[in-house]
Amino acid sequence: MNRVDVITSAFPILLEGLKVTLYIFVIAIILGFIIGLAVALLRLAPLKILNWVAKIYVDAIRGTPFIVQLFFIYFGINSLQIISLNNTTAGIITVAINAGAYFSEIIRAGIQSIDKGQTEAARSIGLTSVQSMRFVVLPQAFRRMLPTITNQSIISLKDTSLLSVIGIADLTQQGQIQASATFEAFKIWLIVGVIYFVVIYLLTILANFVERRFQLR
Amino acid sequence: MSIITVKNLKKSFGNVEVLKDINAEVQEKEVVCVIGPSGSGKSTFLRCLNRLEEISGGEVIINGHDITAPKVDINKVRQEVGMVFQQFNLFPHKTVLENITLGPIKIRATKKAEAEKLALELLDKVGLRAKANSYPGELSGGQKQRVAIARALAMNPKIMLFDEPTSALDPEMVGDVLEVMKQLAKEGMTMVVVTHEMGFAREVGDRVIFMDGGYIVEENEPNQLFGNPQHERTKAFLSKVL
Repeated sequence: MNRVDVITSAFPILLEGLKVTLYIFVIAIILGFIIGLAVALLRLAPLKILNWVAKIYVDAIRGTPFIVQLFFIYFGINSLQIISLNNTTAGIITVAINAGAYFSEIIRAGIQSIDKGQTEAARSIGLTSVQSMRFVVLPQAFRRMLPTITNQSIISLKDTSLLSVIGIADLTQQGQIQASATFEAFKIWLIVGVIYFVVIYLLTILANFVERRFQLR
Repeated sequence: MSIITVKNLKKSFGNVEVLKDINAEVQEKEVVCVIGPSGSGKSTFLRCLNRLEEISGGEVIINGHDITAPKVDINKVRQEVGMVFQQFNLFPHKTVLENITLGPIKIRATKKAEAEKLALELLDKVGLRAKANSYPGELSGGQKQRVAIARALAMNPKIMLFDEPTSALDPEMVGDVLEVMKQLAKEGMTMVVVTHEMGFAREVGDRVIFMDGGYIVEENEPNQLFGNPQHERTKAFLSKVL
């Protein structure tokens, strides 16, 4: 095979892998965000036991490597034979739970950065605590959180490459297959790297756009 | 019957007792100004009236609602009590109009068009209709405070609480805000005003309360309290600020 052939034959396959990567990423990041928001609110709830539950979750995730979490969920939980998770589901769950812990800290810090006077003003009008959070605190907090949320999303996107070790046919897995099939490791891994880079770059542009749209006047 | 009744009110932060034993009444349409040195507990007292501070002991009855009762719907009571803060606390992510319509739309389920009509009327009243679509960040301090007053009025409250409304303002902005407050007093609004503006207290107040060290030391008509204070602490305070 000549040089051009390697790229033209491998590229569509790598793009198939990219589809899997993006599919897992999008679902996991949305789930992760919902988990993060819920955990942040638990962390700030006026009930100690809820704060603890949230803190234990965050500490457990932050204190262990991603790959261990992945093995625990895929091999560990499946070995109990209570439920059976396929590798894609296990991958999505791991990324979501992992991102959720980091998101929750970002969201908690964002909420706490909003001046107490905002809540007081909202409550003094007669809004409930949920309404104050929803209409006054969170919209302001999200604007401040956006750069850090983008950052964590990029990290999570890159974390999905580790899912290749449980046999998910993502971009990295396809890269591995192509690299060993073609003996063109240098080119294949360069292309894989460029694809990740382009996707993340586009994500950054999108994030900047969103940030500008929501900028505080 | 008084619209605000405070009996044996106590408030502690940790081990620090900020309000020791406050007894006060405010009649409907009365304007009561609360003065006193910083740390005297006057802001805390005001914040207990809509339970922005949890009350440690005693009773606070607002328009017939005992707000310390366990089953009181405090959100309902707060709708009847407008509050204006020293730091304005406008919502920076919302326009002036949205700041004012948020309460009516979300709490009263007022139609948007109707809420906006009311908001514009209130903005007329505070002289800021032209700023309806501005963001708080584009306003001066005095303008912000007038919007904050309009926001509180949008819930059509029976009582307005002012927590040092002019203390964060440049001197030339103070007049506009006080003018709006005077107008409000003239229209018969019940007002409790924590203030350092002795001129305002004297001119607009029906009664002045002097607080120090967590107690009400003295209360009287403004002319009496300023002209002929009875207590040493009142005299000492007034001699410093007048």
